[in-house]
Amino acid sequence: MTENNKHIVKEFDSELRRLDNLIAELGGLAERQLADSIDALVRRNAERAQEIVSADERLDDLERQIDHLGIDMLIRRQPMANDLRLVIAALKTASILERIGDYAKNIAKRTVALSQLPNVGSVRSVVRMADRTQTQIKVALDAYLNRDPDLAEDVRASDQEIDSLHTSLFRELLTYMMEDPRNITACTHLLFVAKNLERMGDHATSVAENLLFLVHGASPVDARPKRDAAHYTVIEPKNNESE
Amino acid sequence: MAMTTATTEITGTAPPADDRSNQPVAFKTRDVCVFYGDKQALFDVDLDINENQVTALIGPSGCGKSTYLRCLNRMNDTIDICRVTGKIELHGGDIYDKAVDVVHLRARVGMVFQKPNPFPKSIYDNVAYGPRIHGIATTKAETDEVVHNSLKKAGLLKEVADRLDQPGTGLSGGQQQRLCIARAIAVQPEVILMDEPCSALDPIATARIEELIDELRDQFTIVIVTHSMQQAARVSQRTAFFHLGDLVEVGDTSKIFNSPEDQRTQDYITGRFG
Repeated sequence: MTENNKHIVKEFDSELRRLDNLIAELGGLAERQLADSIDALVRRNAERAQEIVSADERLDDLERQIDHLGIDMLIRRQPMANDLRLVIAALKTASILERIGDYAKNIAKRTVALSQLPNVGSVRSVVRMADRTQTQIKVALDAYLNRDPDLAEDVRASDQEIDSLHTSLFRELLTYMMEDPRNITACTHLLFVAKNLERMGDHATSVAENLLFLVHGASPVDARPKRDAAHYTVIEPKNNESE
Repeated sequence: MAMTTATTEITGTAPPADDRSNQPVAFKTRDVCVFYGDKQALFDVDLDINENQVTALIGPSGCGKSTYLRCLNRMNDTIDICRVTGKIELHGGDIYDKAVDVVHLRARVGMVFQKPNPFPKSIYDNVAYGPRIHGIATTKAETDEVVHNSLKKAGLLKEVADRLDQPGTGLSGGQQQRLCIARAIAVQPEVILMDEPCSALDPIATARIEELIDELRDQFTIVIVTHSMQQAARVSQRTAFFHLGDLVEVGDTSKIFNSPEDQRTQDYITGRFG
């Protein structure tokens, strides 16, 4: 009865495959938007950044397609058990990937502003954090599409590395701002870029958690490790005003 | 900055298969086997039916779900070649004990069938018949009261109040089925067995019966056999999946339809069967 695990209604199988294909496409685009936005940031390329902003429409469109297909499947197939979980996980994951795309778009918008401002050294740290985030998103998508719960657990455990990078970048940027107020505009934009990357890392974790729900039938209930201390960070100015 | 590192181990991702074990039990069945002549139709079924809950029995045709249902009020006794072994207790009493009066048992454990089967009598007499023969209602006033209350509980009173003397067979299919439910509850049963009670009804009449089932479970224990998994998911608190005469899996309905333990359950409810 479990032979090749096909549905009696063959079209159902092809719809489930189509859901995965759309998620793969949306995830791939979100990854590329992030890579491109960081590339434009490093090259201070405002024109390229504008193209990234425009390209976001494609992600919105894919999310709509996934929503449409998922809702249609809920109506027509009334899926149960793992099929139901797959549709729910796909709907949730599509929304997350679209959000990741929005953060990349926001980085691109800030790149337009940053390209008109003096360069600050922290861009290198942003790139390091972006590389880590990029890997997290890629691994989370691989875990999702290959139904690999072990890999998904790795993603959950690794998010704290992005958190640590965010905290140290936050401190670094505050220091630059205190050193020279002319850095404030650029550093503020970079703070938001860093925050966007930190949020993307969290979203990658959510994709991994959706996969765990898909495989196990319930989302993980334990707290995952977090190391983002930027919220609590205080840096005192070095020069005192004692006189 | 000091950081705490929480464990990433997943704990308690799946609720226990049967977390209603504290619920009082109406039926306790153990090692139930049913044979039709040489052919075995049920194999060692261990299943508890909780009080004041709806338990849905699902599975493909021939899986034994109706056979199991019919064991619960000894309807299988009416089939000569049918033999039942194992233990079936209703509130602690063995219903297959020789001392048990089967007619009395079937008053305690009522049944509603797939096709509405009102008696060829008036609406009033359909409902009054049981209480009269079981001595629940002797006077006209008592009978009026029990008919009135039963029709009310079955959600039919308003529709038929002005034509109680009309034949029950003149009602619509959905009304006839609610009349049969009124007839079943008129003798104050503990359990109501329903064998695909909505399969001959349209979606509106089905919705009315489902709403009624939900109301009735406050007072009665309900066991329903259904081919519609959506119906099982809608009306029941517990679901039992049968396949080839085995009870494969039983548990909370939401658990069974979200993340069943057994691959056979999963294949059946997702339409990968056969």
